Amino acid sequence: MSQLILGAYAQRNTDDHPPAYAPGYKTSVLRSPKNALISIAETLTEVTAPHFSADQFGPKDNDLILNYAKEGLPIGERIIVHGYVRDQFGRPVKNALLEVWQANASGRYRHPNDQFIGAMDPNFGGCGRMMTDANGYFVFRTIKPGPYPWRNRINEWRPAHIHFSLLADGWAQRLISQFYFEGDTLIDSCPIIKTIPSEQQRRALIALEDKSNFIEADSRCYRFDITLRGRRATYFENDLT
Amino acid sequence: MNHWNFQELHETPSQTGGPYVHIGLLPQQANIEVFENNFNNQLVKENTLGERIRLEGQVFDGLGLPLRDVLIEIWQADANGVYPSAADMQGKAVDPNFLGWGRTGADFETGFWSFNTIKPGSVPGRKGTTQAPHIALIIFARGINIGLNTRVYFEDEAEANAQDPVLKGIEWAPRRQTLIAKREERDGEVVYRFDIRIQGEDETVFLDI
Repeated sequence: MSQLILGAYAQRNTDDHPPAYAPGYKTSVLRSPKNALISIAETLTEVTAPHFSADQFGPKDNDLILNYAKEGLPIGERIIVHGYVRDQFGRPVKNALLEVWQANASGRYRHPNDQFIGAMDPNFGGCGRMMTDANGYFVFRTIKPGPYPWRNRINEWRPAHIHFSLLADGWAQRLISQFYFEGDTLIDSCPIIKTIPSEQQRRALIALEDKSNFIEADSRCYRFDITLRGRRATYFENDLT
Repeated sequence: MNHWNFQELHETPSQTGGPYVHIGLLPQQANIEVFENNFNNQLVKENTLGERIRLEGQVFDGLGLPLRDVLIEIWQADANGVYPSAADMQGKAVDPNFLGWGRTGADFETGFWSFNTIKPGSVPGRKGTTQAPHIALIIFARGINIGLNTRVYFEDEAEANAQDPVLKGIEWAPRRQTLIAKREERDGEVVYRFDIRIQGEDETVFLDI
């Protein structure tokens, strides 16, 4: 008889992520622990997570072109972003909550603390959310964000990016990150992307143009896949409970 | 070198949540009305079982200044020590009026944050152990490249805390104190204070989970 029993999440490969202390990104200097993280054997606390249901969300929650439109459509390049969320062993991550936020086409955020001169767009809020389906698939529609300047060195610019957050099956999978767009010449010099040590991993944050899925006379399309941690198979015991 | 290894996928790398994390995760704090249902720091409903508590604090950087742009999330068991999650295999009844999860942002002026929740029950640990009542907590912010995980334990559970496998696993015993929330009663309300120090003296213990 073979039956897959899931145990703890495989331990996180820290080389896949930026270190807490990355002085090229200056704000991290005072916001990084000096001590090593304490590694713990996972318990029920880490393998469980809150569940959400699709009926908590509105029909426009994943449509950033329409969900804040007041007197017209937002300005900018109309794009679709879609992809799959799966775990490190290739299993689809279904019913995960994916939340996204971004600047508008001018590179301006709808936020009280953003002082950038770039124009606000009265028809663009910049936030959306959705759940992955049974195959781990997600799709949302938005306006391509603009690059913008920020305070790090004097003349620092962020490449265009969309922030994203995932809540899936286990607390250990909790992830917040940002993705970028193929062809953006600001990517290579960005101190925030450069906090990630591996080039392969930096590339994993670049959404690729998906020409086959452009919508004629309407929107271009980008493909972006996401990988979360996965649970190990346990063959002889399941000692989490 | 040239082995034919099984190739796992790599976890998508983390990046900072940035200073405008509220837009996506707490849009009302950024004055954005876009969703009908918004997530918040109220975990308690009228019929939720358990002792009502307020968990509050501030998060401090390496200079001792409060982070005013930090996002905090908590995840906890219900009053009977059951997680409202399919991955909880205890087979015990779960409180249908408790999601177990909440999210909030520090105040833009003061850096204060709080949750209204219940005190969780104890949860089984590994190999027959029992974990003391605790709340998992994670923070995200500008300058934090990967979310910092920690746990909140309760000052008035000294006996259970002494047996808790995670607390006991912290070799430097004085550092365990950084995970103990201090209890007080204020206007008839039970308040647990849990300050987080990212760096410096009394640096909070952060966990690799």
